[in-house]
Amino acid sequence: MTDTTPKPTAAPNPTQFDIDLRSARVAFGGVDIFHDLDLGLPAGSFTCLLGPSGVGKSTLLRFLADLVEGDVSGNITCSDGVPLKGRIAYMAQQDLLLPWRTVRENVELGASLRGQRPDHDKADRLIAEVGLSNAAHLHPAELSGGMKQRAALARTLMEDRPVVLMDEPFSALDPVNRLRLQELAAQVLRGKTVLLVTHDPLEALRLGDFVHVLRGSPAHLQDAITPTGHSPRDITDADILRQQAELLRQLGANETAAAAVSENAQ
Amino acid sequence: MSTPAKRTPLSERRLLKIARPIIIIVALIATWQLTVTLTGAPKYMLPTPVDVWHTLITRYAVLFDHARYTIAETVIGLFAGATLGALAAIPMALFTPVRFWLMPILLVSQAIPFFALAPLLVLWLGFGLASKIAMAALIIFFPVTVAFFDGLARTEPGWLDLARTMGASRWRLLTHIRLPAALPAFASGFRVATAVAPIGAVIGEWVGSSHGLGYLMLHANARVQIDMVFACLLILCAFSITQYFIVDRVLRAALPWQPDSLTPVR
Repeated sequence: MTDTTPKPTAAPNPTQFDIDLRSARVAFGGVDIFHDLDLGLPAGSFTCLLGPSGVGKSTLLRFLADLVEGDVSGNITCSDGVPLKGRIAYMAQQDLLLPWRTVRENVELGASLRGQRPDHDKADRLIAEVGLSNAAHLHPAELSGGMKQRAALARTLMEDRPVVLMDEPFSALDPVNRLRLQELAAQVLRGKTVLLVTHDPLEALRLGDFVHVLRGSPAHLQDAITPTGHSPRDITDADILRQQAELLRQLGANETAAAAVSENAQ
Repeated sequence: MSTPAKRTPLSERRLLKIARPIIIIVALIATWQLTVTLTGAPKYMLPTPVDVWHTLITRYAVLFDHARYTIAETVIGLFAGATLGALAAIPMALFTPVRFWLMPILLVSQAIPFFALAPLLVLWLGFGLASKIAMAALIIFFPVTVAFFDGLARTEPGWLDLARTMGASRWRLLTHIRLPAALPAFASGFRVATAVAPIGAVIGEWVGSSHGLGYLMLHANARVQIDMVFACLLILCAFSITQYFIVDRVLRAALPWQPDSLTPVR
């Protein structure tokens, strides 16, 4: 049998508009998670958001996805004048595959939920791209963790939205699978505007064009670190390791630990 | 090189699985026989297993004729009660005001001893099947409603977020995600209902009827035909167990993703 798996290709419809978030504020129970928060997402850029647990990274992501209810304010404007709502795809840490649907049916979920006819050819192409052609008829319970997250990635790509919001999508995977999926995501999402929340500074530097640290209470964004070169980057590169040390410092790691990473980079 | 066949712990367990119900039944019959022998109880107080077996064989036609009614009442009552339960649970899960109005009524209804309602049902619905079906349906309505409502109210929040970003309508969210996700919970309620439905039918028959195993038991009891009472009880037991296993098998086959059917049964 010949391997018919197509090579992953960049997203077919690159995103053409910038997103500007101004004076974002979210409060839970009267306590501000963040306020006066500004963030720009240039068209087609890959932005990563780092920060300690509970600082509000996911909340910021969910704010952009219009999933936060309650005490919320702020302006999201797109440079093409069209509202952001309805133009995002969302991928979470859990695969969120429906256990009663096969991989293919899960990939086609969006169309079913909108009452549209699913594009089977497109689904099959994307399933092949993420390397699940032989598993398209299986149910999630029959898949490994890595395969499930691949299926979730295919479902995200199937939506073909200009903006992709990802909430620690690779954090539950083993290191090898994580690297593979990062590589795949970097390829297939090229050209889309992506915001990725992660715990892992190396993941952020590997994939991001802009890497922000969110910290403090109420949380505020640090100036972006901008790794050079094309993603997915080589994480053994000296510049990347130096930037990792800087990120660890921003994240509040103690100075000697950050210095040790920095020294290794020399 | 092949090793001589040994009894592995697994095959022993499998053997035990088949042997266990047989051992239990034999032990129960032996205890029964022993009780009769030791106490010297007369046949009109406690017949021996052999007496009851004899009655089962000789009065087969009468027993079968009455069993048909009880089985019909139970099965129809089961489906009527489950349908009504499902129909009550869905609007309660979908519309908060409905929940606020209906839940107290449901809870209060549980304070009514259903056995005390049986005479009224017979008065209103007559001596025929209807009053027994109503009794069985009433008894199972609550467990089904509560279990299904609980399942509908506990949809995985991540699925709801995903559906929202995909632009799902309220109706499609219900039919494609919330309903299928709640089916395992509905199945638990239905299993409980299967076990209690025959009780409803028999109580109904006791209060007023011209057919059914409950009717037959009551009359046999009055004529001190205790062997007949036991024969009725045995048939009821056999029917309840069979019905439960059929329902359990069907539910497992229909909902292969539900957690408890993912663990292999040994």
